[in-house]
Amino acid sequence: MTTHIGPHPTRRLILQGAVTVALIGLGNLPFAPARAAANDKYPEEAFKQKSEADAIKALYGKTAEPSDKVKLDAPEIAENGAVVPVSVTTTLDKVTSISFFVAENPNALAASYKIPDGTMPVVANRLKMAKTTNVVAIVEADGKLFSATKEVKVTVGGCGG
Amino acid sequence: MASSIRVRAIANGDITEVQALIQHPMDSGFVKDAKGGLIPPHFIQELKFACNGKEVFVADWGPAVSKDPYIKFSFKGAKKGDDLKISWTDNKGASDETTAKIA
Repeated sequence: MTTHIGPHPTRRLILQGAVTVALIGLGNLPFAPARAAANDKYPEEAFKQKSEADAIKALYGKTAEPSDKVKLDAPEIAENGAVVPVSVTTTLDKVTSISFFVAENPNALAASYKIPDGTMPVVANRLKMAKTTNVVAIVEADGKLFSATKEVKVTVGGCGG
Repeated sequence: MASSIRVRAIANGDITEVQALIQHPMDSGFVKDAKGGLIPPHFIQELKFACNGKEVFVADWGPAVSKDPYIKFSFKGAKKGDDLKISWTDNKGASDETTAKIA
């Protein structure tokens, strides 16, 4: 029996080649986007973290301070944990991202949104919650993190079981 | 097949409000099927909105986003008739995209 290393090394080489070309290409552009490449990637590690604190650390590399300028809107009681409407608005300036964490979920990070220049710092979405939990919204503004927390009582969990 | 993305983008003065609804199972990987086996995770990871070629909103999603996700946001600088391109990719590599006209 031979092992399965058939097409894969070639494919990897091609991919690596493509990445290199892309990087060189970017380097040559005089007005390459200033944003770090790491910022544009899907934050795989942060989504794997179990606790909310670890997820915030993995995603932003710093800690957040509570702020009354971040307004988190979520129901007091959610009958169905599979669909809980959650939204956040903020009066802070220079917002670059907004993230939602559900503390009691198996993995705390639920969703993270990048807010480019010209986009309003207002996001509404629907999240799943395993059980009664704190929901934390993090707003990154001017390089600092601000948070708002709200408890949502869940009568039927949304993570199966 | 009809697009998995339904979108409504309405310009009101300088601000465009976008609402999108995407059909996707968003399986978390924690739910069991009728036979007791785990349904493997299957969820949208990245969702992007671009207006006239400029990215206006990027969502990174985990499996905790509800089935058939809904999203609402607003941005400045677009006008009626502009193109809004929406695209997503999921953790299995599937993707879809659509282009809507701002109304």
